[in-house]
Amino acid sequence: MDKTLLTTLTVNGKTVTRRIPARQHLSDFLRDELGLTGAHTGCEHGVCGACTVRVDGMTVRGCLMLAVQANGRKVDTIEGLSDSGEIADLQGAFHRHNALQCGFCTPGMLMSAQELLSSRPDATRDEIRAHMAGNYCRCTGYHAIVDALEEVLASRRGGPK
Amino acid sequence: MKAPEFSYVKPGSLGEVFDLLDRHGDRARVLAGGQSLLASLNLRLSEPELLVDITGVPGLSGIAVSGQTVRIGALTTHRQIETSAQIARHLPLLAQAVRNVAHAAIRNVGTFGGSIALADPAAEYPACAVALDATFVLAGRAGERRVKAREFFRGLYETALNPGELVTAGEFPLAGAGYQSVFLELARRHGDYAIVGLAAHALVAGGRISDARLAFLGAGSTPVLAVRAAAAIEGRQPDAQAIAAAQATLAEELEMLADLYSSRATKLHLARVLLGRALGALAA
Repeated sequence: MDKTLLTTLTVNGKTVTRRIPARQHLSDFLRDELGLTGAHTGCEHGVCGACTVRVDGMTVRGCLMLAVQANGRKVDTIEGLSDSGEIADLQGAFHRHNALQCGFCTPGMLMSAQELLSSRPDATRDEIRAHMAGNYCRCTGYHAIVDALEEVLASRRGGPK
Repeated sequence: MKAPEFSYVKPGSLGEVFDLLDRHGDRARVLAGGQSLLASLNLRLSEPELLVDITGVPGLSGIAVSGQTVRIGALTTHRQIETSAQIARHLPLLAQAVRNVAHAAIRNVGTFGGSIALADPAAEYPACAVALDATFVLAGRAGERRVKAREFFRGLYETALNPGELVTAGEFPLAGAGYQSVFLELARRHGDYAIVGLAAHALVAGGRISDARLAFLGAGSTPVLAVRAAAAIEGRQPDAQAIAAAQATLAEELEMLADLYSSRATKLHLARVLLGRALGALAA
């Protein structure tokens, strides 16, 4: 059996086909094959969350999914969410709240945050913390990140801007 | 790190899966969600020649209630369990437990059957299955057989699965009238591996606890059903004296293994704390 496979994915709306090694995980595929370096490879065993991307609309760890497992599926990365304007308000809130310093965790934070914001508009501060627990940040101490999410939740619900 | 080289195949039927497992033996590994397997490959703790991705096999996913049983297909994701109204209604223990299974992005992909087949001693579902006296459906070339959860977990990552067999479903009896469930877990960070946890299920009437099933996780090489603790609380209200009597049994009953961060003594202490909290919460 072949150790490489012809694999087709739709990444940020564009269909790409590559022959890739079975062992290549989705983060390396995005970074090395497509030059999409927004998903960061931190721990590479599912702990840190820096590689979080979306597959068929749900967040996944890019390091814990083989690119061949995503064959035929739709992948969204931070580049796609950023370019489309889907998370412009969230990015603005991160900026205003100083919710990032070195920025390494930020793409994964934004991906995880957007999943919560779009699925749980009434999330409490505790629920925000529980949902974001899978993403490490070594700079901010997290409070600013939770503050930013709370603000966006309120503004998307139509509260004070 | 990066995973070693391997081949990958995604068969479309159980028959093809059994063919592949026959042909490749223990050089092949079954891939479902892969949320533990890929981590162990990236860490090079495992070097299979072939991954057999079973997510293309129809009929292995979903939650169904029929008669007195809730059936959970092996490929059902943690996320599906977490958001299932049927699980919330009929298996409240599992509904509480799933919130402790890793993190949101991992729950979106990881599967029920994968967790059962891996048999990590710190995992949530195995302890719940033991507490609730669930049965697993195993399928192989020779057909299907059923094994009780209490007989399935044999040792550290060791199960009753024979070579070439898969877990295809779990069957849980509906929670009976008057039964209460409490799932508690301590971890260094929410969603990380449990230091110790407790799946507790018992009949509660007039503030008294009976028929308690107290399954600990992270407290040995398999889930441990604490039968002496259950006997100590049988028919009693969980007052300070009864709780202390149940807690006192744990030193003999649990064979705690120290981990990187916690000594045996610490883990035993934490198990007693969880037992006290759980017994109080059951009767609350």
